[in-house]
Amino acid sequence: MSDIVADARITDEITRIPLRYPHPRIWWAFFAVSLLLLLCFAVSAAVLLIYGVGMWGNNIPVNWGLAISNYIWFLGIGHAGTLISALLLLLGAHWRNSLNRFAEAMTLFAVVCAGLYPILHLGRPWYFYWMAPYPNTMTISPQFKSPLSWDFFAVLTYLTVSVLFWYIGIIPDLASVRDRAKKRGQQVFYGLLSLGWRGSARHWVRWNQAYRMTAAIAVPLVVSVHSEISLLFAAGPIPGWNSTVFPPYFVLGAAFSGFAVVLMIAVALRHALGLADLVTGRHLDLLGRFLLATGLMTAYGYWAEIYDTLYSGEQQDLATLTDRLAGTYAYSYWSAVILNFLPLQLLWFAGIRKKPVALFLIGLSVTVGMWYERYMLLTTSLYRDYLVSSWGEYHPSIWEWGLYLGMLGVFFTPFLLFIRFLPVIFAFEVKEALRETGDLEHA
Amino acid sequence: MAQIFTASADMRLRAILLGILILLVCLATFVGGYAESSYGTLVGWVQDQPVPFSHEHHVAGLGIDCRYCHTSVETSAKAGLPATHICMSCHSQIWTGAAMLAPVRQSLAESKPLEWNRVARLPDYVYFDHSIHVTKGVPCVSCHGRVDQMPLMSRAKPFQMKFCLDCHRDPAPNLRPPDEMTRMDWTDWDRDPGAHKEYGALMAKTYGIEPAKLTQCNICHR
Repeated sequence: MSDIVADARITDEITRIPLRYPHPRIWWAFFAVSLLLLLCFAVSAAVLLIYGVGMWGNNIPVNWGLAISNYIWFLGIGHAGTLISALLLLLGAHWRNSLNRFAEAMTLFAVVCAGLYPILHLGRPWYFYWMAPYPNTMTISPQFKSPLSWDFFAVLTYLTVSVLFWYIGIIPDLASVRDRAKKRGQQVFYGLLSLGWRGSARHWVRWNQAYRMTAAIAVPLVVSVHSEISLLFAAGPIPGWNSTVFPPYFVLGAAFSGFAVVLMIAVALRHALGLADLVTGRHLDLLGRFLLATGLMTAYGYWAEIYDTLYSGEQQDLATLTDRLAGTYAYSYWSAVILNFLPLQLLWFAGIRKKPVALFLIGLSVTVGMWYERYMLLTTSLYRDYLVSSWGEYHPSIWEWGLYLGMLGVFFTPFLLFIRFLPVIFAFEVKEALRETGDLEHA
Repeated sequence: MAQIFTASADMRLRAILLGILILLVCLATFVGGYAESSYGTLVGWVQDQPVPFSHEHHVAGLGIDCRYCHTSVETSAKAGLPATHICMSCHSQIWTGAAMLAPVRQSLAESKPLEWNRVARLPDYVYFDHSIHVTKGVPCVSCHGRVDQMPLMSRAKPFQMKFCLDCHRDPAPNLRPPDEMTRMDWTDWDRDPGAHKEYGALMAKTYGIEPAKLTQCNICHR
């Protein structure tokens, strides 16, 4: 088969999805569910806005509840998209091409979900813009010494760069879809989105510069953004948080949970859209290896935390450690350890790394495990403060769970729309990659 | 098939983007201007009242002290609006048949307080205490303006947070002697400010006013 024919076939395979989706019924079923979840979000958020944060279960001493643990969870998931896309682009690893588009989209929507949480958990969410330094009638500015203020900039920067990176990357493919579109509405829609892309040599040079530059900005952001989030904890004088291992521990944990979700999405999309010859066994194998590696590094973070506590011998830290292992919220600690690290060990076997279902289940286990980890970090440290007078328990209210479920809808609804209406895989980069590796002839 | 996008499409897209940018700048300018305008802050806007009470007449014309009517200003968070009996301490004798005062007489007859409309309003999350300000040297005129020149009452200062903070950050120059608290036209020191430039700092020390504490959030937001 000649290159040109194969090229055209790959482009067709990818661009046919937005124009004529393969399994619309299944898509509609999923979309209906995610719209229901979105409705759940609307109701929970409305209840919160009307009746205030008193509708939630968090209070002194556990004043950060599900809102903050989910915030970290979502943002962590987002990081893997950037890592896969930008880091591997800069390293010239071409196998990334089949994964990066939907990984970036995952990043984008996860960051949106993450960003909504800290805003909603403010007492008066409609004043969220007070976190920005702008000329105001109060003559006060945000406290730049506080990690809470860094938070605002971290999420905003990350969101902006993620949007840019994703959009710059998708422009040439939007143009391909535009060129193949038959209906006028589609032609105008994709034509506007592709910003007049003609694929001239000059366009490609500019595109390459812009894309690589954004990638080079995005990669360090992963480290700085999640380090910053860990400082929300580590900068506080709370036993169990005040540890120097937190920044790397958080960044690696973020990558770990993110890779797990990328793996799940890769397996699901490959199955749903029939992309087995583009998202190949090799991709799944590499994702499995990544998951194993970041998982082991995260496990090191767990170990370092315990070692730190025992080595320092600080009484309050020891008490927190005991609370984690055997206290009221011990279930969250053990759930995190077991779900994160036990099924993970299966990935040592090459045979398991080839089985999509097994990979999906391991990814699911890690996603849930990392959720427990964030929950554990918050509650086990806060529910027993230094003074016995400030001991108390935290039980999320139904509205917090409602918001969490709803937030999944905020994630899945745009993601499903993306799958349906935009090219999920880089058509042109896959072609390039296949030609380089010589896979094109077999593809 | 005809082209969907003409050659000028790029230019039009750029023009639209530029238009959006200009719109955002205009919006920001408008919001900022509104926040500072007297339309937003209500400075100088006369508030409707059940009786057209003239502070100019009672304060400048008759020389009645603020505390004659606002009785609790030195002892409580609220300055207090006068009970109908206080009005009647004079108006049972003078202007007894004035049509303008009919609501006051009705209030007395029915034992129902007059419902005045608030002029100097603070948000509900601000805990302002009149007594601490008045007893530590902050005069009425600082916040309420020259009420002796207001035939009908209007807000004199925009009660934005910066108005409070400007003084809380540097209270000393705003303190005056205790017996001049309610004087509207007090200018003695203005004629020779140099002679008393130590007064504010000394009084701040005497009263135990610490600016560092005055700017803590929970001084006003509890």
